[in-house]
Amino acid sequence: MGILDKHKAIETHATLLMVLSLLVVTIGGIVQITPLFYLENTIEKVDGMRPYTPLELAGKAIFQREGCYGCHSQMIRPMRDEVERYGHYSLAAESMYDHPFQWGSKRTGPDLARVGGRYSDEWHQDHFTDAKSVVPESVMPPYGFLADNVIDGEYIQDLVAANRMVGVPYTDAMVENALADFLAQADPNADSSGLVERYTWMEDNGTVVQNFPKSLNVRNFDGQPELTEMDALIAYVQVLGTMVDFSTFTPVANR
Amino acid sequence: MWDYLKLAGLGLVAVLAAIAANYARDLAYQVNALTVMLAAGIAFLWVLRTAGDPKPNVQHEYFDSVIRAGAIATAFWGVVGFLVGVVIASQLAFPWLNFEFLQGFGNFGRLRPLHTSAVIFAFGGNALIMSSFYIVQRTSAARLFGGSLGWFVFWGWQLVIVLAATGYVLGATQAKEYAEPVWYVDILITVVWVGLLIAFMGTLLKRKEPHIYVANWFLLSMILTVAMLHLVNNLAIPVSIFGSEQVQLFSGVQDAMVQWWYGHNAVGFFLTAGFLGMMYYFVPKQVERPVYSYKLSIIHFWALIFLYIWAGPHHLHYTALPEWAATLGMVFSVILWMPSWGGMINGLMTLSGAWDKLRTDPIIRMMVVSIGFYGMSTFEGPMMSIKAVNSLSHYTDWTIGHVHSGALGWNGMITFGVLYYLVPRLWNREGLYSLKLVSWHFWLATIGIVLYASSMWVTGIMEGLMWREVDANGFLVNAFADTVAAKFPMYVVRASGGALFLTGALIMCWNLWMTVRAQPAKATQNSMVPAE
Repeated sequence: MGILDKHKAIETHATLLMVLSLLVVTIGGIVQITPLFYLENTIEKVDGMRPYTPLELAGKAIFQREGCYGCHSQMIRPMRDEVERYGHYSLAAESMYDHPFQWGSKRTGPDLARVGGRYSDEWHQDHFTDAKSVVPESVMPPYGFLADNVIDGEYIQDLVAANRMVGVPYTDAMVENALADFLAQADPNADSSGLVERYTWMEDNGTVVQNFPKSLNVRNFDGQPELTEMDALIAYVQVLGTMVDFSTFTPVANR
Repeated sequence: MWDYLKLAGLGLVAVLAAIAANYARDLAYQVNALTVMLAAGIAFLWVLRTAGDPKPNVQHEYFDSVIRAGAIATAFWGVVGFLVGVVIASQLAFPWLNFEFLQGFGNFGRLRPLHTSAVIFAFGGNALIMSSFYIVQRTSAARLFGGSLGWFVFWGWQLVIVLAATGYVLGATQAKEYAEPVWYVDILITVVWVGLLIAFMGTLLKRKEPHIYVANWFLLSMILTVAMLHLVNNLAIPVSIFGSEQVQLFSGVQDAMVQWWYGHNAVGFFLTAGFLGMMYYFVPKQVERPVYSYKLSIIHFWALIFLYIWAGPHHLHYTALPEWAATLGMVFSVILWMPSWGGMINGLMTLSGAWDKLRTDPIIRMMVVSIGFYGMSTFEGPMMSIKAVNSLSHYTDWTIGHVHSGALGWNGMITFGVLYYLVPRLWNREGLYSLKLVSWHFWLATIGIVLYASSMWVTGIMEGLMWREVDANGFLVNAFADTVAAKFPMYVVRASGGALFLTGALIMCWNLWMTVRAQPAKATQNSMVPAE
């Protein structure tokens, strides 16, 4: 055990101890984290992924504020029962615009990665207000107050701009029209052509480079005349897992 | 001169906080800004009232007043954290406890981060700050470095706790588990943590003992690593400087990897390395025996800090994280079993030749059981990180049970032992008020943990099996709601286990209070003697 005798040099020298222990703890993180930023097969190439609309983004903020991620995962694993229960296993590409990610770690309630389109808006209104009215065994807290919280989108443009700053590919037009798009998505009487144009296809020098055929929902989500937090949250929940076009997706073996 | 600078700084903070409160975009931000204004105002008045007072020469004494405050804060936040835990455990069993009239402020989703932060960062954090100040002074035979820097660290940390806690209830969160505090609280955490590092490192540098004692290695690596994890995991852009909302720099798979690199090492360093530092000092002290093996502690230290940092991806098995990363996480988690048990053996075998004290000293009993729980959960953890096991256990209550056998059993019990050791010494009292009450606390807590862990094993394995059950035709047998309903009896058992643990902690508070109030005083032992 001669080598352990040399440890005296470290344990009599505070700065050396500090530097060495800091070096030792950085290695694991460097090896595990940095490759994820440059290995090209980390995130699959898929068709259909688009940035969230301003209303969906506001809904995601409400989802986070209420701590939904504590009980609901958004990450379907490729086991038979999970695919059977929730749908196609989750892809890395599906959360690439989620700042922060919402994969969760616990299923006190079911996974939500593909809940979009699975239930009607009315079902969600009832479920958020009193979960037991539609699922008698549920232990979910009541969220009826969201339907009373009217929102005007005063700061929505800042939220979209901040998302662009961290790399979500919002265009100038998307940022400029954030408020108009925010208001139009939940109002069936509004002119939503701009919103539809901006969030169903993306232009690059005049040619269509991305196509988002089916994932944009424009309707009154909460059934009330006012625009409320309930509208935003249902808009978010209804788009979850619906963006990727799985008809054109082929899994890569070497991931 | 220094006092004038402090006054100017505090006044500036108060004014800026008032301006921020005026322009606040959300309620949580406004309440937080007003809290900062109030805190700065109180500090301003206190500095003003004491400016120019003659400073007694205390350089020959240990800085113990801040440790006394730390002991009180540890006990107080412990009770708060356990109480919120019992509340949210009850909410899962009886969902009507999510009162509708509270408009979401009392819902499980907002109280859960309050519980986790209160126990990890308020109870655990105060225990760590208190112990590191105590240990580094005693083993260095030097007064804590930095004058009143210790008080800045203590009060700064309490402010962090209050801002984060009120923020969660009012809806300010970063939505990353165990890293929920929003951007401006994260900045304050960074400032306070740098203060802790300076105080700790400064004391080590002016130590009168040639060797740095092993407990300090663990505490120092805890402080450094937590700083690194905190800085990287909380990189975010505020949506506005007048709001609590932020957007994380990373997204999706990278954010998940960074989060669990952070999240697992919050366990590995905050709740393990730091608390091992406590074990390496307080267990030998209470047993009055040297640490079992010096060489084992060298191997334990370097192996533990090197390996722990790799274990994070075992939280992401079978997810969209690339397989190579998950496999690395699994392999290192299994290897980690070895240094963990090396540490356990080093702690337990310190009792060699003194095992009879287990019969007479309930504090030693508490410490030994805590090391036992450390050993149990550091076996369970590597086992759950194996992919085949994880495919069943992930997303279930098993994980919750695992965390609590570590947190209640290891962190809770060792902290109780340390408080029982410290309070009579810090207040110069002749021993504890009642050893019988310590025994009551010990048994209530132990039975509480056993109820908690076993009920979570049952529900976790049950729901894992129910989710994957298919019939002969390949159809799923159970709806998700069936598993929720099936867990009800075990949720009641879990909440009762938590209530027993809370009762034990309240008995401890009474016992410590009566120790300070009613026990006869002893001659001071505060002046510096070289470490033993």
